[in-house]
Amino acid sequence: MTTMPAQPTTNGAAAPAAPRPGEPLLEVTNLVKHFPVRGGVFNRVVGRVHAVNGVSLTVSRGEILGVVGESGCGKSTLGKLVIRLIEPTSGSIKFAGREITGLGHAEMMPFRRKMQIVFQDPYSSLNPRMTVRAMLREAMLFHGVVEKSAVDDRIDQIIQTVGLRPDAAAKFPHEFSGGQRQRLGIARALALKPEFIVADEPVSALDVSIQAQVLNLMMGLKEEFGLTLLFISHDLKVVEHFCDRVMVMYLGFVVEEIACDRLHNDDNSIGALHPYSQALLGANPIDDPDDRRPLTVLQGDVPSPYDLPRGCPFAGRCPKVMDRCRQEMPPLVERPSPAGGPPHRVACWVV
Amino acid sequence: MTTGNQPILSVRNLTTCFRTDRGVVTAIDDVNFDLRPGETLGIVGESGCGKTVTSKSIMRLLPERTSFIKPGSRILFRDGDRETNIADADPATMRRIRGAKIAMIFQEPMTSLNPVFTIGWQIDEALKYHTDLDRRARRARAIEMLKLVEIPNPERRFHEYPHQLSGGMRQRVMIAIALCCEPAILIADEPTTALDVTIQAQILQLMENLKRKLGTAIMLITHNLGVVAQVCDRVLVMYAGRVIESAPVRDLFHSPRHPYTKALLESIPKTGKKEHGKRLPTIEGIVPSLFDLPPGCRFRERCAYAQPRCGKEEPALVPCGDAREVRCHFPLQSPASLTVGASA
Repeated sequence: MTTMPAQPTTNGAAAPAAPRPGEPLLEVTNLVKHFPVRGGVFNRVVGRVHAVNGVSLTVSRGEILGVVGESGCGKSTLGKLVIRLIEPTSGSIKFAGREITGLGHAEMMPFRRKMQIVFQDPYSSLNPRMTVRAMLREAMLFHGVVEKSAVDDRIDQIIQTVGLRPDAAAKFPHEFSGGQRQRLGIARALALKPEFIVADEPVSALDVSIQAQVLNLMMGLKEEFGLTLLFISHDLKVVEHFCDRVMVMYLGFVVEEIACDRLHNDDNSIGALHPYSQALLGANPIDDPDDRRPLTVLQGDVPSPYDLPRGCPFAGRCPKVMDRCRQEMPPLVERPSPAGGPPHRVACWVV
Repeated sequence: MTTGNQPILSVRNLTTCFRTDRGVVTAIDDVNFDLRPGETLGIVGESGCGKTVTSKSIMRLLPERTSFIKPGSRILFRDGDRETNIADADPATMRRIRGAKIAMIFQEPMTSLNPVFTIGWQIDEALKYHTDLDRRARRARAIEMLKLVEIPNPERRFHEYPHQLSGGMRQRVMIAIALCCEPAILIADEPTTALDVTIQAQILQLMENLKRKLGTAIMLITHNLGVVAQVCDRVLVMYAGRVIESAPVRDLFHSPRHPYTKALLESIPKTGKKEHGKRLPTIEGIVPSLFDLPPGCRFRERCAYAQPRCGKEEPALVPCGDAREVRCHFPLQSPASLTVGASA
């Protein structure tokens, strides 16, 4: 099997922490995904892409957990893993207390309904030959969410919920603008009355004014239906604004897990502790021409997930790197955080 | 060697149209602006507002068959004492200007580099056409350019192909190609949009350093207002093919005059604690189709301040205060009610 040590965590096997507001809906422990790389004459496995390396996370009911990181950090793979669109190499995924890894097709079906995903590119994720009504109807009847006679009413209701005009039901995907298509993507997810939605870069392809519309829509849906979301994005600004907690990923590892309102301190200085989180926050251009500051510039590029470095994955670009960082992988350690608040974990030897 | 404060590029009444199956559509309508030496001009707006058509019109890179610049449009490029109207320049003149005097970098560095040639070959190509250096001198210059854009191991990279480089590296190579002939103007069309934030920071810093070193005027097209705030001197805001506001960057952020500019600034998620989890102010509705523009102001249907007059006559772009212009019948006045940038 693999020689890659899974990232150690301090919380051990996911124990449902009682005092948290909302019970845990999704508990993921030590999730690993390695993609085989084939090559040579016999098409043998010649290596592995280490996409996700031992990620543990808990999302409570009604919570929005953000996942941020740069391209290739494994955030989208993680999103697809937790709803089993792809199979993990190892690790455990519990949904509402039930282990869902290893479930067969039929056993998985009720969970498929409860867990939905909204993709980044709304156009390529919609069937161009189906009207909105046909598309929503198919999913609803397949999963038996509503009676056949009530389907049309329910469709009209959903279309209204996501802020589209009633005549949208008869249209095809190409007749909509980018923002409207993303609303359709959300409508399709909502049609099955899910408990949990993975939103994979849902606003990245949209203009800022449309992005704000879609974010507000999702905020409203969360309040109205008590939805639980895993919100994947590369834009820390959006995540900070929108999510309750955030996990910062780098090269398939979680390097920091922090409440979004603690990313910045009261004086607007950076509250995140991991040098990579700090770099991400510092690299974001601030929209104030009076506050021009040199952006935090990291040297170099992300290492290849094909050959993971031995120590901390960030060591090669880290401004605070020490000898130990190159030798040993730092564990994700709990840091002091305000009483009753969500935990703050950092994987770094320096801080 | 800058000639005082005279604009190096003056765009006047630039109107570019496309011939489509549904008839002729005007993609940009009566665009006016000046670009001065050493200045960074930001052009912002949402997709489809005409940012890219403006820059491609200046480069004359739009397809001749399906598009045309309307007669009467002027794109005056001043090179020393010589003034050229790019809008009606012949192909030979354009070949002398394009790449040598005005260079452009694009959003997607993978598709704008040729995958079958080494990056050294591609820098060399630009030098071959625009300078009279010999082969050896061109090679030295190419390696010098790769060094300038901070590519490690330039001698080795010279012989590599685009697919061997990361996205950030490719964009650096694009910048190296664009700047190898020391152009007077660099048009950067969404140069960092496809890149990660940490790489974006590298590229922005690089462009800033190069501007200081070479004195190039930059036209930066972007939809990222944070980038604009950090690097631009002046800003042009476009909406549905029109320039709707132009102002020095600080004035624009502190007291936007056009309701669209104000709404655009407010809809960006803010960093920091204060705003966490609040609803974002949005601009309801969508940009009107260029095929079916409403009468009057093009922003009227989405504007919170619209009045009957806005539906009847389209406002002109008129001066309002110091070095700024706005296209609105009822420009906003007081910056007091604004929340944008108030944290300073």
